[in-house]
Amino acid sequence: MFVVAALALFLAMVLVLVRLYAGPTLYDRVLAVNSFGTHTVLFIGVLGFLTGRPDFLDIALLYAMINFVGTIAILKYFRYRAIGDISQIPGDQGAGQ
Amino acid sequence: MMVLDMIILALSWLFILGGSVFVVIGAFGTLRFPDFWSRLHAASITDSAGVILLIIGMCLQGGATLITVKLLFIGVFLFLTGPTATHAIANAALVTGLRPLEAKGLTGAEPEPISPDQDQPKEVGE
Repeated sequence: MFVVAALALFLAMVLVLVRLYAGPTLYDRVLAVNSFGTHTVLFIGVLGFLTGRPDFLDIALLYAMINFVGTIAILKYFRYRAIGDISQIPGDQGAGQ
Repeated sequence: MMVLDMIILALSWLFILGGSVFVVIGAFGTLRFPDFWSRLHAASITDSAGVILLIIGMCLQGGATLITVKLLFIGVFLFLTGPTATHAIANAALVTGLRPLEAKGLTGAEPEPISPDQDQPKEVGE
């Protein structure tokens, strides 16, 4: 049963990767990366059950946290062209695509 | 007890299969939908339905152990951060001027002009 879930997640990851490659705008790509991260978290969990080693769930939890922070950091970088303190940046340039 | 175990097993299979179906639906919509905003909607299906169903199914398989606790942590975290990340992406796209394709019509035709009646604010009370 976990084989079916793993295959479905693998197929979904391939489809999202195609969108990541072909996305016309920047935000399509950010969305695809975020969705790919969610798929990866689920895939790690299913793989832990599949191989009888559920210790992988710690890695999945860590990956979920890094995925969220990474998405927010990418969006903030393309909005303000900096990741650090926004008040140091001269003017709002309205970045992105 | 045998019957209860079988019921739990069948339920977990049902949840995992349903989650797999929703994950594939969300990814297919992410690939095939015509503009960014509808793709955002399709990706949210994975974040909500797919994650919840798969986590519940794996919890039922794990039983009352530490595995279930870790899975619930992952589930709650994804349940909170998935919509937050989706909202952040949508907000960034809206601020930088990306607009839905609907304004030009999905078929490329010009939309009907908005009738002036809709711009008038309705009077409050009679």
